[in-house]
Amino acid sequence: MGANDRMELAATIVLNGLTLAALYFIVASGFSLIFGLMRVVNMAHGTLYLVAGYVGYAVFEPLYDQDLWWAWYAGLAAGVLAAAVFGALLQQLLLGWMQGQELRQALVTIGISIIAADQILAIYGGNPRQFFAPDAIFGSTQVPLVGGYPTFRLVQIGVAVAVGVALWLLLNRTRLGMMIRAGVDDREMLGACGVNVPLVGVAVFALGAALCGLGGVIGSTAQPLAMGQDGRFLLISLVVVIVGGMGSVTGTAVGAILVGLAEQLGQAMFPTYSVVLTFVMMVAVLALRPQGILGRA
Amino acid sequence: MRRGIAIAAALLLLALPWLLHAVLPANQAGFWTGNILGRALVFGIIAMSLTFLATYGGFVSLAQMMIAGVAGYTLAIFVEGAVPRIVGGAGYALAIPLGVLAATLMGLLVGAIAVRTRDIYLLMITLSLSMGVFRFVETNITWFNGYEGIRNVVGPSLWGLDFRNPWVFYHVTLGTAVLLFAGVMYLVRSPFGLVLQGIRDNPRRVAALGYNVALHRIAAFGVAGFIAGCGGVLATIYNIGISPGTIGLGATVNVLIMAVIGGLGHPVGAFLGSFIFTVFDTFAATVYDRDRFNTLIGIVFLVIVLASPDGVLGVGTRLRRLLGRRAADK
Repeated sequence: MGANDRMELAATIVLNGLTLAALYFIVASGFSLIFGLMRVVNMAHGTLYLVAGYVGYAVFEPLYDQDLWWAWYAGLAAGVLAAAVFGALLQQLLLGWMQGQELRQALVTIGISIIAADQILAIYGGNPRQFFAPDAIFGSTQVPLVGGYPTFRLVQIGVAVAVGVALWLLLNRTRLGMMIRAGVDDREMLGACGVNVPLVGVAVFALGAALCGLGGVIGSTAQPLAMGQDGRFLLISLVVVIVGGMGSVTGTAVGAILVGLAEQLGQAMFPTYSVVLTFVMMVAVLALRPQGILGRA
Repeated sequence: MRRGIAIAAALLLLALPWLLHAVLPANQAGFWTGNILGRALVFGIIAMSLTFLATYGGFVSLAQMMIAGVAGYTLAIFVEGAVPRIVGGAGYALAIPLGVLAATLMGLLVGAIAVRTRDIYLLMITLSLSMGVFRFVETNITWFNGYEGIRNVVGPSLWGLDFRNPWVFYHVTLGTAVLLFAGVMYLVRSPFGLVLQGIRDNPRRVAALGYNVALHRIAAFGVAGFIAGCGGVLATIYNIGISPGTIGLGATVNVLIMAVIGGLGHPVGAFLGSFIFTVFDTFAATVYDRDRFNTLIGIVFLVIVLASPDGVLGVGTRLRRLLGRRAADK
């Protein structure tokens, strides 16, 4: 293998790692947002991924069969909306009134995830499905150093960057963001200032769930959607947030990039032991900085 | 009086197979003994390792099923007769202690990794660790035979009594469970157990008294690892082998469900919970729909968490308090 080929391979692996990191960031940012304000470990986060994927697909399929160009966008909107509603209901009906009992909330979301996954299996069956990206973002694009690369994966990176910027703007430049940041520091004081904290909670939950839903539809376009993905994306969200730091957008981005790159590099270099790399990284971070790389102590 | 109840319960459990035999037809009695009571005891042991940590240390660890799996895999790797043969050559007398030892070490390791975390952080970290081990085992062919796992771990014969006989299996499991349960009850009254409960209530104060908090926490995870390891060995023999599904997300959550349904207030809750779980698992078909077992058990779990966070045990305590108050009013 020539030096040029090796360079090309390395660039492809890094780019693959970054596209994976982009998806992980979209999903985990919702988890991190919810955790940051509400202190809720949402064990049903992976379930939101499934809900968005399956509901989105149910909307997408008939439209796609009629050859409508906006089928994918409709599926995306439906999926994101379904996840947001699911998340808002979860907070409003079950989690809101036990605020502060963190472990109990985690257990409730575990119960919900078991029931929801089983009902999704009952309704949609076990066959894997996959969205087809619209023509505009399908096919391949020439990337320097790498050559032809699937356009959709580049779009994935673009969406992640947009989500990151939008979240930063939302948290740092808007009134809602100000309330969220204040709530992270002191919930009671925020309530005493006349802010409807439970309503902010529902909004944050809906937003976090919508982000996971966005990841769900995008992820199910890049790779097949099947049962078991809920566990996978819950685990990824946990590891990303543990490594990057709880409740920080930048930390989540750093965590997602590290986990995505580690996974792809590991698979390229030592396939059978690649899984270990991610977890060795997690353990190392925990040993040196238990609050995560960018987490606040 | 409490000791009297415990001894009566143990005697009842000991005689249960014969009682069942008297009431039920022979094949059903065997099924109840091995597949319901035996299985409930095996998973009760694993759930008790979680209950022990939660009740006396305040640590809700999701790594216990994985630790049980470490014992099971170690047994399957070393024991002669397992298919495929990974290392082989060892008899059960050697492979079983090896498995329990491996689980204890894994428990200590998990405790050391999670030592600086509490509550939901601990939950997240132990879950990630067990999923990491699960995915490693699932993809590694050389040591764990990947997705298929290792079969044909039939269990030893004790003095001509075969382990595959449900009565033998039940009594060995019952003996193990009673010993471990008594061990836990003894341990929590020992100085070590008292320090552990002190750490649960106020780690800073215990540290100020001069105890090494981190070391006690790690040791508690080691004890829980030993308990889970005993359960893991029995579960592997019960299943005649082990595969990655045994330690997957579903199995991990199932152990949590058992412990929570029974109640995290006392180790006996683990056995109550695993019995309720096993009965539901076996008879879900007649109640709702065999394939929708997860919905059923999920709803039971959710109702328990919403209505009585301290499980079935808590329901009992509440009822007694309610009745006691009524009696006092009169």
